[in-house]
Amino acid sequence: MKRFADLLELLALTPSRTRKIAALAQYFAEVPDPDRGLALAVLTGEMDISNVKPALLKETVLAEVDETLFAMSYDYVGDLGETIALIWPHHGSGELPRLSDLVALLNMTSKAEMPKVIGELLTNAAIHERWALVKLATGALRIGVSARLAKTALAEMSGVDLQAIEEVWHGIKPPYGELFAWLEGKAERPDIDHTARFHPLMLSTPIDDSDFAKLDPRDFSAEWKWDGIRVQLVLGKDGASLFSRTGDDIAQSFPDVVSAAMGRAVLDGELLVGHDFEPRLFNDLQQRLNRKVASIKQMNELPGFVRVYDMLFDGDEDIRALSWEARRARLEAWFQKNPQTRMDISPVLDFASWEDLAALRRMGADEHGHEGVMIKLRTSPYVPGRPKGFWFKWKRDPNVVDAVLMYAQRGHGKRSSFYSDYTFGVWKGNEIVPIGKAYFGFTDEELKQLDKWIRANTTAAFGPVREVKKELVFEVAFDSAQRSARHKSGVALRFPRINRIRWDKPAQEAARIEDMDAFLG
Amino acid sequence: MAVLNRDLYIPSVDAWIDPNVPRPRAIITHGHADHARSGHGAVLATPETIAIMKVRYGEDCAGTFQALEFGEVLRINSADVSLQPAGHILGSAQVLVETEGQRAVVTGDYKRLPDRTAEPYQSVACDLMVTEATFGLPVFQHPDPRDEIARLLKSVADQPERCHLVGSYALGKAQRVIALLRDAGWERPIYLHGAMIRLCALYEELGVKLGQLIPATGMAKADMAGEIVIAPASAIRDRWSRRFPDPVVCQASGWMSVKQRARQALVELPLVISDHCDWGELNQSILESGASTIWVTHGREDALVYWCKKQGLDAEPLALPGLDDDGGEGGE
Repeated sequence: MKRFADLLELLALTPSRTRKIAALAQYFAEVPDPDRGLALAVLTGEMDISNVKPALLKETVLAEVDETLFAMSYDYVGDLGETIALIWPHHGSGELPRLSDLVALLNMTSKAEMPKVIGELLTNAAIHERWALVKLATGALRIGVSARLAKTALAEMSGVDLQAIEEVWHGIKPPYGELFAWLEGKAERPDIDHTARFHPLMLSTPIDDSDFAKLDPRDFSAEWKWDGIRVQLVLGKDGASLFSRTGDDIAQSFPDVVSAAMGRAVLDGELLVGHDFEPRLFNDLQQRLNRKVASIKQMNELPGFVRVYDMLFDGDEDIRALSWEARRARLEAWFQKNPQTRMDISPVLDFASWEDLAALRRMGADEHGHEGVMIKLRTSPYVPGRPKGFWFKWKRDPNVVDAVLMYAQRGHGKRSSFYSDYTFGVWKGNEIVPIGKAYFGFTDEELKQLDKWIRANTTAAFGPVREVKKELVFEVAFDSAQRSARHKSGVALRFPRINRIRWDKPAQEAARIEDMDAFLG
Repeated sequence: MAVLNRDLYIPSVDAWIDPNVPRPRAIITHGHADHARSGHGAVLATPETIAIMKVRYGEDCAGTFQALEFGEVLRINSADVSLQPAGHILGSAQVLVETEGQRAVVTGDYKRLPDRTAEPYQSVACDLMVTEATFGLPVFQHPDPRDEIARLLKSVADQPERCHLVGSYALGKAQRVIALLRDAGWERPIYLHGAMIRLCALYEELGVKLGQLIPATGMAKADMAGEIVIAPASAIRDRWSRRFPDPVVCQASGWMSVKQRARQALVELPLVISDHCDWGELNQSILESGASTIWVTHGREDALVYWCKKQGLDAEPLALPGLDDDGGEGGE
């Protein structure tokens, strides 16, 4: 357990992604089965110790600690698990069992016995281990490690391709003995049910106007780029799953979509919300994504649907090796056979030349707010990852606005000594009101210059934040603007980034809040 | 006449303890900036505290200085005044005032864990105890500082290509960390930020051995791999730290037990080393003093006042202006 506690602490406090991966890889390589598999399950959120809930832990602690002092402490620390770990007043000299024995113990203990068992464990744990123990027992890690990162570490450790690990991931269970055996070359790849799991997605690469000269428009098909989230709908023999692009099953949040699906297939598409297949703003979808379990009210007001654009399995048949054209024909035939109420097909755009498509793209952006167009090689198979030359995304030209730098905040990790997070605003009468925040879009050299300018032009400091003279103009690019009650300006930008630093431009010539109206649909 | 007023004014002596504005007569518990300020008329303090004040604020930072050794009793008007070791930093004292059979102790900041850079805390029997409460919540249970230093040395051994920067308050914490490193067998030079140098030299002069110390500025970047640098936390999070190879940001502070606080401060290796009592030690000190009245000066006073009342003691918070809630361990 000590080893696992050390790992969790390192993961929680190390800002560097590379170092996190290295620490994980080292852990997986050195720790024996089944401990490492259980650690993997904890890190990927696949472990649930059902008899330990935060309320039970709190009750255990309140038997030993004054309630008022506990409340004051919780108020100060802010995290229930950490408060419990820090406040437990008894210290023993025993040792915690190894991770697998600990998990087995917690799983076998009845609810009635649990307070006593937890109390003994806390007493015997060293102070550093207690935090990990509580995190483990409640399953709420919140240490900034995604399932993806853990799998990346497995790839690093073994040299096996990350995609190949993703392929088997959803068909295997803790403590993942067969997975580790395969990764270490001691066994064959785990055998899994291919229809009932997540299949890694095929991704596109950006394309520039200049790239088109080499491409023949007749070889390509095009569709709108929808402004939702990419999903994979797996309609297997034992039910349906709805996976996000990282392979998390989000079916629970969208029962309206999943329960309405008919037939068997693995489909690739965009999750959207809206009535009668009329997609609404991403903001509206976000409201549903924020909820783990959907409410009836939300499902009525913001019904979900999937706009399908590709097919990986037709029934049980893997058709990923077929061309896009052949898959599209299969998809259309499948829709004929399986009428749907919460799924439709993403239409193919009609164009003869790249100029045609450029005009369509502009029209789509201006009139419907489409993000751009997707361009797909007609002969391309479905290849996981980001293969070159098959799928392209041609985003619409970004909106830009000249905004004034207002506040700068120190960054994280490598950038922690630089002021690298910027809040900027536009004129509203005689004052400047914030419209957004951005922390990329500039080079390292520009960052140094900005950092220097900010230090020389600070007017006030609040902890890690500096307020600066309202003199520096940024040309800010963004995908779209929305009305927002949360911002003083009433406007929020989507995906803002610093396009150019306008050292030359006087702040008086920056945009006014009225100018933003043009971007609000 | 009361032994002591709630603004830490002693009527019989006509002096304030740790006043935050210039006063004609002041008794100073220790050299930290929120307790020792410049501009007082006459200052009474331990010889070490006076030396620290002169180094920090200049020779003429007070009109006159009067040194009082630990345990020596000074009769002023109708009061007996003495200074007792507080264990917080070098020279740190509790002020004991006795008039008409009433004894009051003002602890200043204090700690009870062993520390060879400060005279060990001594429990003083009294009727009125004025205590700090920097770590006055039961979540604060300070570990053995030697274990924390062992974690630092393990990290240095595991990552020899990186430079470890230990954020420490320049007075007290820095010297304690250095002493702990020496006692754990770290014999290499220890590198210092400029803010540490004069105070470390003063500690040496006053007999606290710290081993070889070298200014960190001016070293070649590559030569600093595998080395330990002591610097103020604010410098570590600022441009100053760019001169070191792939630095590991460490911080030595009692607050570092709270992970969320370490994360907010962008600390990669938190070292829970505090120069204040933890919760259990505050409780123990209050009970040992035998005092029936407890005034709590700064920190998390609500919880400590609540606890005192539950023990049947008369307790209240003082809410004095100017004292640092973070006990100088906060960082910026």
